[in-house]
Amino acid sequence: MTSLTGAGGVVLQQGRQLPAPPWRGIAAGAAWLALSGATYALPEAGDFPYTGALAAASLALGLILPVAAVVSGKLGRIGLSLAHWTPWLAVLALAFLAWELATAKLELLPMPFFPPPQAILEVFLEDWPKLGGSVLASLKLLAGGYLIGAAAGFTLGVAVGWSRAVGYWVHPVLRFVGPLPATAWLPLAFFVFPSSWSASTFLVALATGFPVTVLTWSGVAGVNKAYFDVARTLGASPLFLVTRVAIPAALPHVFVGLFMGLGGSFAVLVVAEMLGVKSGLGWYLQWAQGWAAYANMYAALIVMALMCSSLITLLFRVRDRVLSWQKGLVQW
Amino acid sequence: MVAALLEQAASRRDPETGGSRLAVEAVSHAFTIRGAALPVLDRVSLEVEPGGFVALLGPSGCGKSTLLRLVAGLEAPDAGRIAIAGERVQGPAPSRLLVFQDPTLYPWRTVRGNVSLGLEAQGIGRERAMRADAALRLVGLDGFADAYPHQLSGGMAQRVALARALVNEPRLLLLDEPLGKLDALTRLAMQAEILRLWQEKQFTALLVTHDVEEALVLAQRVIVLGDRPAAIRAELPVRLPYPRHRDDAEIVRLRREILGILGQPT
Repeated sequence: MTSLTGAGGVVLQQGRQLPAPPWRGIAAGAAWLALSGATYALPEAGDFPYTGALAAASLALGLILPVAAVVSGKLGRIGLSLAHWTPWLAVLALAFLAWELATAKLELLPMPFFPPPQAILEVFLEDWPKLGGSVLASLKLLAGGYLIGAAAGFTLGVAVGWSRAVGYWVHPVLRFVGPLPATAWLPLAFFVFPSSWSASTFLVALATGFPVTVLTWSGVAGVNKAYFDVARTLGASPLFLVTRVAIPAALPHVFVGLFMGLGGSFAVLVVAEMLGVKSGLGWYLQWAQGWAAYANMYAALIVMALMCSSLITLLFRVRDRVLSWQKGLVQW
Repeated sequence: MVAALLEQAASRRDPETGGSRLAVEAVSHAFTIRGAALPVLDRVSLEVEPGGFVALLGPSGCGKSTLLRLVAGLEAPDAGRIAIAGERVQGPAPSRLLVFQDPTLYPWRTVRGNVSLGLEAQGIGRERAMRADAALRLVGLDGFADAYPHQLSGGMAQRVALARALVNEPRLLLLDEPLGKLDALTRLAMQAEILRLWQEKQFTALLVTHDVEEALVLAQRVIVLGDRPAAIRAELPVRLPYPRHRDDAEIVRLRREILGILGQPT
């Protein structure tokens, strides 16, 4: 019986080798065409200069997707990735359509607070110099604070984990001050530091430093004692024990701290930019809200999400590279 | 007389490669657990001639491993004296190395990186990779130099641990139940391996084990330790040529005798 179904399966598989029509690509294309048609043809409440551009862009996507689905086998990695994301692209088009209908076309949502997609497209196309400048300003502030905080936290964590004397003095301070959210220091930081930029750098460094310190410390303290015995019998100096044994063994923990620190630093960055620094995405958000430019606000949120997720992805890449020994990727 | 002859033989040996004499004189040691002293070694004295192979046999937790840690210099004894080649042990040194029950390879280093650990720690830069590869060849693992420890089997990992010790040309090799976690077949292969390395490199070997057969197949002399605090209960010379067979009548007789000393039914 089982052999019969097995034989049937083979026949079925052979039948499938005929090129099937790319239903998914066609469905996704149709969804984008529907969006294009609705955007172009339906009357809208208000004056949106980029309605035509949105309709044209979705028309283009609607035409490209089915064609790309047919030739995706010849596109290599791009084709594979396209095939993977096609269902998402279809759902995205439907979401845009619902959004378009609920805002510009049918006015189901109150207007200034919920702009249609073409209004956000307008922000990206018209206000990109300011948005781009804000991203750069945010990245600059974040990079400075994060690197300082990560370096300081790592050094302190190794010192606390390694030296009993340092641990004695630093541990109580860490326990008392560490859990305090970095944003609580904001009022103090802004009058203690000479500029709002240095104050914000300090706050970002603080938010990064605490988790990195704690995780590095626990990583170093938790290193298998036998590793040290091995190195000591082989003639290792104390410096060798720290740099070649304790630190590499603690690195997986350190990376957990770096991830937590990065998340914390985003939060502090946005708050600091909203309250003190006159640049960056946080400031842009605040500014857009102040002028009731809600489309700008949504655009800035999208850019911020892209920035944060790219940075997290970048850190993941670095980790995978540094800790490549940890994964079973290298196979015989 | 015999000792004097051995001494002569030792002095003729190449001083760079030969084994060192180990002398343990009335060593006592105790652990402090929650304020209470727990004696683990009680006036243990033993001697291993240069290039000799001695096995320490005793029940689990009797203090055998502690004795090896003291000889390695990882800890200082509470009382007594440990001397190697006439010099008192004060801290660890790469000329006497400990091979643990766990291979304890560094997972972030390749096999070659693990083997060259000692050379790196001692600041020996020249020919480091070459010497590491030679040591790997010695234990039959050439070709695995760039593998990571998680890719090795238990027996292979323990071979790497042996290579990591041997690359430093130790004069005294301390083996702390190095085969305790291996399966029976791998164990037999590794016993032959250790024997071959000892005969080839002529280091002094002190093996801790609770496997009576292993002790009898490998060692020239078996020292039986009693329960904690460990004191020497018996010393039995094994006057048999290598390679030995575990069905040999003399081995069977010694095995029965040792199990009798340890209070086990034969």
